[in-house]
Amino acid sequence: MSDSGQAIFDRRIEAEQKIEPKDWMPADYRKNLIRQMSQHAHSEVIGMQPEGNWISRAPTLKRKMVLLAKVQDEGGHGLYLYSATETLNATRDEMNAALHSGKAKYASIFNYPALSWADVGAIGWLVDGAAIVNQISLQGTSYGPYSRAMIRICKEESFHQRQGYEIMIALANGTPMQKAMAQDALNRVWWPSLMMFGPHDSDSAHSGRSMQWKIKLRTNDDLRQSFIDQTVPQIKFLGLELPDPDLKWNEERGHYDFGDIDWDEFKRVISGDGPCNRDRIRHHKKAHDDGQWVRDALEAYHQKKASASAA
Amino acid sequence: MNKITNSALYSYLLGMADDALILGQRTSEWCSRGPFLEEDIALSNVALDYIGRARMFYQYAAEVEGLGRTEDDLAYFRDERDFSNLLINELPNFDFAFSIVRQYFLDVHACLYLAQLTSSTDQRLSAVACKAIKESRYHLKRSQTWVLQLGQGSDESQRRMQSAIDELWGYTPELFIMTESETALLAQGIAVNREDLLQDWTKSVMADMKNSNLQIPDQQWKVIGGREGEHSEHLGHLLSQMQILQRSYPGLTW
Ligand SMILES: [Fe+2]
Ligand SMILES: [Fe+2]
Ligand SMILES: [Fe+2]
Repeated sequence: MSDSGQAIFDRRIEAEQKIEPKDWMPADYRKNLIRQMSQHAHSEVIGMQPEGNWISRAPTLKRKMVLLAKVQDEGGHGLYLYSATETLNATRDEMNAALHSGKAKYASIFNYPALSWADVGAIGWLVDGAAIVNQISLQGTSYGPYSRAMIRICKEESFHQRQGYEIMIALANGTPMQKAMAQDALNRVWWPSLMMFGPHDSDSAHSGRSMQWKIKLRTNDDLRQSFIDQTVPQIKFLGLELPDPDLKWNEERGHYDFGDIDWDEFKRVISGDGPCNRDRIRHHKKAHDDGQWVRDALEAYHQKKASASAA
Repeated sequence: MNKITNSALYSYLLGMADDALILGQRTSEWCSRGPFLEEDIALSNVALDYIGRARMFYQYAAEVEGLGRTEDDLAYFRDERDFSNLLINELPNFDFAFSIVRQYFLDVHACLYLAQLTSSTDQRLSAVACKAIKESRYHLKRSQTWVLQLGQGSDESQRRMQSAIDELWGYTPELFIMTESETALLAQGIAVNREDLLQDWTKSVMADMKNSNLQIPDQQWKVIGGREGEHSEHLGHLLSQMQILQRSYPGLTW
């Protein structure tokens, strides 16, 4: 029994070696990865919508290009992650179907609307900023293809965060109207950004197993605290008001304290009743349905070619 | 450069810039709406190339105009009647076939046009053309492949492609009409003779159509007027969306 798949797997996890697609892995490890990785892929793709909402209205041609390139990058991230998930024998059709049926989730932040140009700045700065904190930690995840996807993605995310912050700098230094726009965006995006790290460790359904398998390396609360600590000085640099009156430096802990997160809201939004959940899925499903004839035609074309060359 | 050339060059550059911006804006509407993710990303790439091209032309136009206006002033503070893009660029993305056929017609044209423009006596223009032609050759490879695949694919795709061709056909003659400015600039080796491109364009298109189980319409028709600011009703809506922030809050830094 010493060299059973399980024993080899356990040794590799213990030694922090990567698990590769052809390696034996426990069924639950595979299932857990498919859940987390497809959720991550869907987040990248659904995340194209709120910012995509401003491509047509970007206030300068340069901003338009930077935003379009950014949203396109997110599509690329989705693609790497879908491909990485496919190595676990999940198909793209299955993943899309799970997204449309509501079985698969995506980051609940994207169920909030992007209501002003400042939201584009705040999303790049805070949402990509939160994603980076999470994804840097995931670079060390135990599944090889996931880890490699994270390394590629992180490079681009830091560029996204910078361009988002640049938009905020321009607004914060602009007219009172622009500054108010920036403040409003910060106030609205702040809390959902904190929720991106998931429930408190004590309430997180999947955390225990995932930590054990080294799929996750740091806990939700730990990652959330890092994000808050790095972001508060950036808010101050902008000269904006803190979005939470309880945000205060705690000398003893060496961290910022912060106010209570509204977990009821989190549950409401993640379970489907956020301001944009239905729009997001409808939009994705419509693109998918509108594209059906194109995908069918491609398949028909390749079949014709194949049977012509066989004949 | 004399005054006449200057004003001809300015209106020529604006036309080229408007063509690129309006098509780029239209194509960017596909972002998050493509038939599958890989194609979504590829369409955004094309849109980015066109917006980048528009910026180069607007920047040059603003310098030639010499009034201290910027690329954004030209893009955001001109009205429908001032926009001089060719009509084919402003038509909505009725379906994927429509966008692909439009892109294909324009790619064949751009490759021919830019090849000539690389030897413009205006060095700035020839530099823009050198950069743009690489992009357009790549765009053409893509759109040509789509024409082939969708033309030969399913009955539905063949029908959609044929109907897009029929709908777009009358917007292609405008690609070959010279404006007064272009004629003036052609004499100095700055601009390209559009009329000369028609034969090669038609030959290429006919060959690809034949390969792809598609047909050029027998009926010749044309709708023109873009260069004179006589647009479809679609352009105003595109501009009102694109220009909203600049028009609502003029003079701010974003
Ligand atoms: Fe991303
Ligand atoms: Fe991400
Ligand atoms: Fe990003």
